Amino acid sequence: MIPLPPLAPPGVLTDEAPACDVACFPTPAQYVDLVAAFKADGFEMCVDVCGVDYLEHFDRALPEGVTPTRFEVVANLLSLSKKRRVRVRVQAGSESPRVDSLFHLYPGTEAPERETFDMFGILFDGHPDLTRILMPEDWEGHPLRKDYGVGHIPIQFKEAPGPR
Amino acid sequence: MSDNSRVAERPDRLTGETSEGAQELVQRLDTSRDELGREVGAVLRLDGVTLDPSEVDYERHDDETMIINMGPAHPSTHGVLRLMLELDGEFVLRTKVVIGYLHTGMEKTGETLSYVQGATNVTRMDYLSPVINELSYSLTVERLLGVDVPARATWIRMLMSELNRVSSHLVWMATNGMDLGSTSMMIYGLRERELILAFFEKTAGLRLNLNYVRPGGVAADLPDGWEDDIEVICNTIEERTYEYDQLLTGQPIFRNRLIGVGAITAEEALALCLTGPLLRSTGVPWDLRRSMPYLAYDQVDFDVIVGTYGDNFDRYAIRLNEIRESIRIIRQCVEKMPAGDYRSQDPKVTPPPRARIGESMEALIHHFKLFTEGFHVPAGEVYSAVESPRGEIGCYMVADGGPKPYRIHVRAPSFTNLQAMPLLMRGASVSDAITMISTVDPVLGEVDR
Repeated sequence: MIPLPPLAPPGVLTDEAPACDVACFPTPAQYVDLVAAFKADGFEMCVDVCGVDYLEHFDRALPEGVTPTRFEVVANLLSLSKKRRVRVRVQAGSESPRVDSLFHLYPGTEAPERETFDMFGILFDGHPDLTRILMPEDWEGHPLRKDYGVGHIPIQFKEAPGPR
Repeated sequence: MSDNSRVAERPDRLTGETSEGAQELVQRLDTSRDELGREVGAVLRLDGVTLDPSEVDYERHDDETMIINMGPAHPSTHGVLRLMLELDGEFVLRTKVVIGYLHTGMEKTGETLSYVQGATNVTRMDYLSPVINELSYSLTVERLLGVDVPARATWIRMLMSELNRVSSHLVWMATNGMDLGSTSMMIYGLRERELILAFFEKTAGLRLNLNYVRPGGVAADLPDGWEDDIEVICNTIEERTYEYDQLLTGQPIFRNRLIGVGAITAEEALALCLTGPLLRSTGVPWDLRRSMPYLAYDQVDFDVIVGTYGDNFDRYAIRLNEIRESIRIIRQCVEKMPAGDYRSQDPKVTPPPRARIGESMEALIHHFKLFTEGFHVPAGEVYSAVESPRGEIGCYMVADGGPKPYRIHVRAPSFTNLQAMPLLMRGASVSDAITMISTVDPVLGEVDR
């Protein structure tokens, strides 16, 4: 079995991941506690936070006991001292995705969490400045959601009358 | 009239609960004390710090300070970076980085491209180190596929990434020199980079967005006589780095502009998740090439350059010396370059040679399948990271068994490194702010993706 840090909340499920030592599947309630436990265990850096919209894949491979939801938040932790990575995948919810922010553990997650909010509309409780970061502030919708089309710009000259 | 199909169901609730409207720096009187404290960097002192009220200049009136925009079209912001600065006279009190002007939805585009086409997409993110972007993408796809790459391809990839690292650092030397008023450095840096770009053109056919490293190997073998070209490139650039020493490193004005300016500590750098030269300048010896070796970096001899003070001069010195270390690696690559295939011979991943298409039915089928549909990648999710000139560039990919990635996310080093900006800028003068932007070395194509 994969080792979890000593302070981890009980009942966190883990799984072997192909290119990462550990993938953990906490519930949203366990999420921050688990990351805090990893931090206490020497994971100094949270290199990345990103979201995934599994709209078409509720049947994806997850360990026994994890209820798949539409949105998933993936935090990549890195330990410089142990030279190890850990991926924390939390099921963020389907209708109103929402997890706690890691900002108070790792201030460097501020921009990645804002990006995840901007792209997926996942709310991060406790984030100091949850505003759009890449899209214009009056943009409607969250572009990386799977039900948001790639879109196209109507080309005017296609329909417009020619010179002759 | 707006096209409704492009707009996802808008959760009105979001606008109620977040301040989606204000990306910008707000007036001091409208800013909460906690947020002002955040600007001071109190959160970075970590573990149960309470904000010391005396550190926050809460009482200051707005008419004493001024909020100005630097960018997004400012020549010294290295692209379309916009900084909102609150100034007290010439000194910066608060900074807010506003990005997104170059956002073209490349992660969304990546979901519509097959795995072979995907390399052309990621190569355009960090346009100064395209090979390394392709490398992180290709390594991720190969991990999902479980394809073995031939030894020669691995060494060619190393050779090309190090050349790319040199060219990226040369552009940095050039623009940094320009920002500090040394226009000759601008010309010299771009002149030397031209040697490398010419070699890229000879090898891959293109100068900038190469699409050279692909899942399964590289696009083409090295050209005839490449050893001689590399020899000339290495000798010339190595010799010229000593000229840069004379031009810049020992130059009193240059030193005074850099030494002691914009210092950060290792704790702050770790808390802000900085990587690359920014982290190494604070004395943390973290280089993925050494710490978590990929390709064949465990078989070459090189030093990880580490700074002491975390100031601008350390970051300059690290990049200059990394050029020399990269040249060391390139020379070893030339020495140890194995013979063999430059791409995997797995017909499911690599298209057959052109000549075989006319002779073999299987070759024709594979060729047709690869270029119409692309290969299928088994379901799974993978994160893999490599060291780019700016730090850790990672690729998180979710595959669902189809010919296109279900989700592709690029962990861009400049995007995260930009978070250091408010901390670096605090208390500095506007002229030093230019230096700070330069030594963080953001590439906006990668920041905004």
